[in-house]
Amino acid sequence: MSAALDTGDRAQAVPARPPGRARRRTDWGRWYTWAVLAWLFAPIAFMVVFSFNDPAGRHNITWQGFTLHWYANAFAYPDLNEAMFNSVTIALLTMVVAGVLGTLLGLALGRFGFRGKQLTNLVMFAAISAPEVVLGAALLSTFLMLNVTTGYWTTVVAHVMFCVSFVAITVRARVITLDPSLEEAARDLGAGPWTTFRLVTLPMLFPAVMAGGLLAFALSIDDYIITTFVSGDVNTFPLWIWGATRVGIPPQVNVMGTLLFAVGLTMAVINVVAARRRA
Amino acid sequence: MASTSTTAPGTPAADTAVPPGPAISLEGVFKSFRSGSGTVHAVDGVDLGVERGEFFSLLGPSGCGKTTTMRMIAGFEEPTAGVVRLNGRDVTGVPANRRDVNMVFQSYALFPHMSVADNVAFGLRRRRVAKDEIRRRVGEMLELVELGHRAGHRPSRLSGGQQQRVALARALVNRPAALLLDEPLGALDLKLRQTMQVELKRIQREVGITFVYVTHDQGEALTMSDRIAVMNNGRVEQLGTPAQVYERPATRFVADFIGTGNLVRGTVRGESGGVWRVEVGDGATALLAELPAALASQGSGAVGSEVDLIVRPEKIRLGTEAPGDGVSAVPGTVAETVYTGAATHYQVDIGGGGTVTVHLQNSSDSALAADRGDRVWLSWPARHSAALPA
Repeated sequence: MSAALDTGDRAQAVPARPPGRARRRTDWGRWYTWAVLAWLFAPIAFMVVFSFNDPAGRHNITWQGFTLHWYANAFAYPDLNEAMFNSVTIALLTMVVAGVLGTLLGLALGRFGFRGKQLTNLVMFAAISAPEVVLGAALLSTFLMLNVTTGYWTTVVAHVMFCVSFVAITVRARVITLDPSLEEAARDLGAGPWTTFRLVTLPMLFPAVMAGGLLAFALSIDDYIITTFVSGDVNTFPLWIWGATRVGIPPQVNVMGTLLFAVGLTMAVINVVAARRRA
Repeated sequence: MASTSTTAPGTPAADTAVPPGPAISLEGVFKSFRSGSGTVHAVDGVDLGVERGEFFSLLGPSGCGKTTTMRMIAGFEEPTAGVVRLNGRDVTGVPANRRDVNMVFQSYALFPHMSVADNVAFGLRRRRVAKDEIRRRVGEMLELVELGHRAGHRPSRLSGGQQQRVALARALVNRPAALLLDEPLGALDLKLRQTMQVELKRIQREVGITFVYVTHDQGEALTMSDRIAVMNNGRVEQLGTPAQVYERPATRFVADFIGTGNLVRGTVRGESGGVWRVEVGDGATALLAELPAALASQGSGAVGSEVDLIVRPEKIRLGTEAPGDGVSAVPGTVAETVYTGAATHYQVDIGGGGTVTVHLQNSSDSALAADRGDRVWLSWPARHSAALPA
């Protein structure tokens, strides 16, 4: 009797909610979102966790115990260090060169109509969508045909080649949404073409340029397939790992991977924060 | 209209001697764009002069060429043919950054990555004005538009009306020979637009700079302008004061575009005492003070010609009895009434296929309340009729 009265009171207090039931309904959308995120980040979490593992044998795949030993001895393998150094410098060069070229390309495609614009779009799309094996093989045969010895610089050229489209597309998207009267306003107020670009266009494009550059860095530093074709006898981080898998991957790989991930994450966060402050 | 300069004698000379003559003049200006298959003549032979210190409007529907005309003055478009002069100097072919005019854009085009003060200082910095002077002039200008307290803010933190005023300050601070405004109030709501109209007019009076104002809103143009150029299909249909354009439309387009124009076909029947009698509707007589120029030259030979009478709806009185002599007197039947708050609009069928719109203020002493189907008399003095050749 009193229970019935209670329910009645509650129903009166919150009339919209049928008593009891709705509160327990599972929010599947939320669970699904977390499931996808977990699935995406599990390998990274695995990598980070096992950089602190103290493995018994050659294979760092079962948890044995916590240690900071690998961080203290992160640079114990000279070959790995060299590969890492190559990867980072190639990625930085790619970021800068592809960033500049991609920005100019994106600006041209977003702003102007010109002969060959559709063709340029097509080539860019092809560069993105073509299988890497095909690109790698094609680049290698090109270098061989031109009698260029493959190595560090051919790798840079190859990376710039496949990254430039990503930067261009990112920048183009931003250019299209820019109000063209912003540049006209600068011209109107006495700024010449170069000053207008420096003071108005570039600052407006900067978030996209930065995002494109980071994308290029990320794509370059972990590229394996194209790099195997064009790197000659130069080793990079992904190539070294692949070579090491046959004998067992040392935990230093996890350490470097973790450090690399931390740097990337930091840059991404800085970019987001800066973009938010600019807006 | 014909005065060569509005600068009063004895006014201290500006930093550079300004030659007499209009601030802006366009001479035989054409502009065509190639579009797909054909060529579009956006501006099709425009001649006009904007006097110094004048508030000049380019008024017309979208696509009439008013914006293209303004962009040619600013230097964003080059004319296909013709000459653009600023203070008498031929500036055709001179790029926008070297022309002494500034523009207020429809989208305001404020630089989002700069503070309000930096936006306003942009033009002065390009001209390498001394830092102290920049700070002083930017401060003064922000005071003028009542935004001194917002100098450090980013434009995105400001309301639409405030952004509009920043755009105005950014252009005016350079003291240009002319300020060009491209539908600057278009994005504001009605209340704010009306406030800004008054505000713009005040600022223009205070700074004394020539304003060229592009708009499709006839109310805005009539309210603010010293003179209006009504444009259609790339041509200037009429150039005159707001009163001239409104009371004496020169073309059918102007009569229709500005306000509500009643266009009634009629036949000239004769003249007495300088007033022409025009037969309209079912044999009713309307009076006309001035024949269209083409007919006036024919004198009494104009009798029998057809004309289109133009009468503004608020000039017409509505009565239940026939009016006395000396005014147009046209009987008709009320076909529709529309209550709009301050006024009531009546559609009156005057026979012969003609319909006349009458606007009556809903003042307390207006006795007449005609309903649909009522027989009424329309009357108006001869001076409120205008006529175009039919």
